[in-house]
Amino acid sequence: MTTLSTLSRRWLLTALLPATLLSQTVQANDTRLHIYNWSDYIAEDTIANFQKETGIRVTYDVYDSNEVLEAKMLAGRSGYDLMFPTARPFADRAIQAKLYQPLNKEQLPLWGNLEPGILKSLADIDPGNQFLMPYMWGTTGIAYNVDKVRAILGDDMPLDTWRLVFDPEITRQLASCGVALMDDPIEVFVAAMAYKGTDTSDYSRNAITDAAATVSAVRSHIRYFHSSQTINDMANGDLCVAHGYSGDMLQAQARANEADRGVNVEYVIPREGAVIWTDVAVIPADAPNVQAAHRFLNYLLQPDVIAPISNYVAYANANAKATPLVDAEVRDNPGIYPSDATRERLLVLKTPTNAEARNMSRTWTRVKTGR
Amino acid sequence: MMSRLSWPTALRVPGRVWVIGAPWFWLALFFILPFLFVLKISLSEAVLAQPPYLDWVREVEDGMVLIQLNFGNYLMLWEDSLYLAALWGSFKVAAISTLICLLIGYPMAYAIALAPNHWRMPLLMLIILPFWTSFLIRVYAWMGILKDNGLINQVLMGMGLISEPLQILHTPVAVYIGVVYSYLPFLVLPLYATLIRLDNTLLEAAADLGCRPWKQFLTITLPQSVPGILAGSMLVFIPVMGEFVIPDLLGGPDTLMIGKLMWTEFFSNKDWPLASALASVLLVVLIIPFVLMRHYEQKTADNLG
Repeated sequence: MTTLSTLSRRWLLTALLPATLLSQTVQANDTRLHIYNWSDYIAEDTIANFQKETGIRVTYDVYDSNEVLEAKMLAGRSGYDLMFPTARPFADRAIQAKLYQPLNKEQLPLWGNLEPGILKSLADIDPGNQFLMPYMWGTTGIAYNVDKVRAILGDDMPLDTWRLVFDPEITRQLASCGVALMDDPIEVFVAAMAYKGTDTSDYSRNAITDAAATVSAVRSHIRYFHSSQTINDMANGDLCVAHGYSGDMLQAQARANEADRGVNVEYVIPREGAVIWTDVAVIPADAPNVQAAHRFLNYLLQPDVIAPISNYVAYANANAKATPLVDAEVRDNPGIYPSDATRERLLVLKTPTNAEARNMSRTWTRVKTGR
Repeated sequence: MMSRLSWPTALRVPGRVWVIGAPWFWLALFFILPFLFVLKISLSEAVLAQPPYLDWVREVEDGMVLIQLNFGNYLMLWEDSLYLAALWGSFKVAAISTLICLLIGYPMAYAIALAPNHWRMPLLMLIILPFWTSFLIRVYAWMGILKDNGLINQVLMGMGLISEPLQILHTPVAVYIGVVYSYLPFLVLPLYATLIRLDNTLLEAAADLGCRPWKQFLTITLPQSVPGILAGSMLVFIPVMGEFVIPDLLGGPDTLMIGKLMWTEFFSNKDWPLASALASVLLVVLIIPFVLMRHYEQKTADNLG
């Protein structure tokens, strides 16, 4: 993977946006499928293999934040047939806003391969699993530079804890080495609540103010707030501790190993609990090529298709039949396929109401800027 | 004859109208019309739907039209100190950057204007050359230069001037470096265009009468170049007020600017009405210096006339 691909992700995407919009005005015919997915979220040959097998030509565009995807959906006529939002709160909200169309299970004969537990976990936001097909899932935890953090905190300090980013005594020592939090109000506030041991589904003004105080207490020790820049900076050793998605942090680890410059990255799910999330495949209500979208979904349901994707992106897939086909290196990594004991501690995000979400993000801006 | 095929008399418009009409048409199509859309959204209410706001003119029943204006967004901007703070933050960055650009750009423009003829083109090319690379790539390059184990820190540490890397990236200093670097050409070019047109005979006359070079500059060149200074400063100040990319990439967590806040309102909060209200207010704030400049230009023109 080149450095440029991650360096420029977000900004190149934004720069290219007008070009994508233009290309969409050209009407799609039946043999064209427009897919909009996260960057680095599919195996290198998946699309090529699908094209070879079906003759359907695929236009594959990528984004790097749920917000960008959501804004495009809300504006309408995105021109895409398939997209992959995070189930909570994004897909949940979009179902309420009637932005998706129900999946036709008759065209998805392999639906039964999906893990029943994951389908069940989505049933509260999508009764009867009508709209959402789970794709990958993961956690939001902490990555740290093993040698540097051990050198500062000593060998006895347990590192699978939110104290690494929320305990002012600890962050003060780590500050010069570099601590980063995600630029995501709900992820950070819920993590802060887990650290404090308070109710992580309480989004009331008071609860958010308390969580904000927890973050404010360490703010001066936080180098920056960003959700994807941390991958490179952890891999290069520019950061010591980062809060981020499991797959991103494991990607940092892989890149650090590849570069072989003595940077040792480890990803942990904090003992106080961490967010578990599921990314789902959906078909927008105004998708131009619904049939091709179903063919692609059914293709993804094949265990021998989805397993190599997990190997490549370092995320666990939602396909029960695929688990034995996933590389042992990925399957046995507790950061990707956590043990049952760890799974017990994982938290499911509650979708905030609009008013709660606004209060969170405005409070977040205040926390970040120290106002 | 061509004249027989010309426009019917009623449609025949004098050339003057075309000349004046073309820019107005341009302005209406690409500025006033989009702005009216933004203004319209700013007076609506945010909802969870596609699009995420409620039109304020709606047909409720047959023939019954309900018009519902929502001024709450503007009220919110006033009541919540965050927005005024962001406006102030943007203003500060824009003003200081414009000043730094002037201090660096004026000598540059002056030097190019004074350079021998065959030197001017290559020098101007050097100013324009960076535009051939994407703006984003150039800002990314600065990240590489400024970061902890980046170029500057490696050189300084290699020379033994510092023992620990300087934290430049993700600080306000990095934002100023990025902004001044990116916008300097916008100041240099109009300033150069003004300076090159200055009447050199005035300087010669002053010199003949024994005026010292420094005083020549202060009393002749500087006052005459004010239009160029104003035009260049506007070209820096106005876009920097709304700048979003540079503070987001180079700035630290405490960089609060209006562009980023607008992004948050639009993308994170899905609050298009509030984002639109913010954009409208920003526009009004930016029009004030523009009107002042027009006023000044008018006055100078009157004085000359």
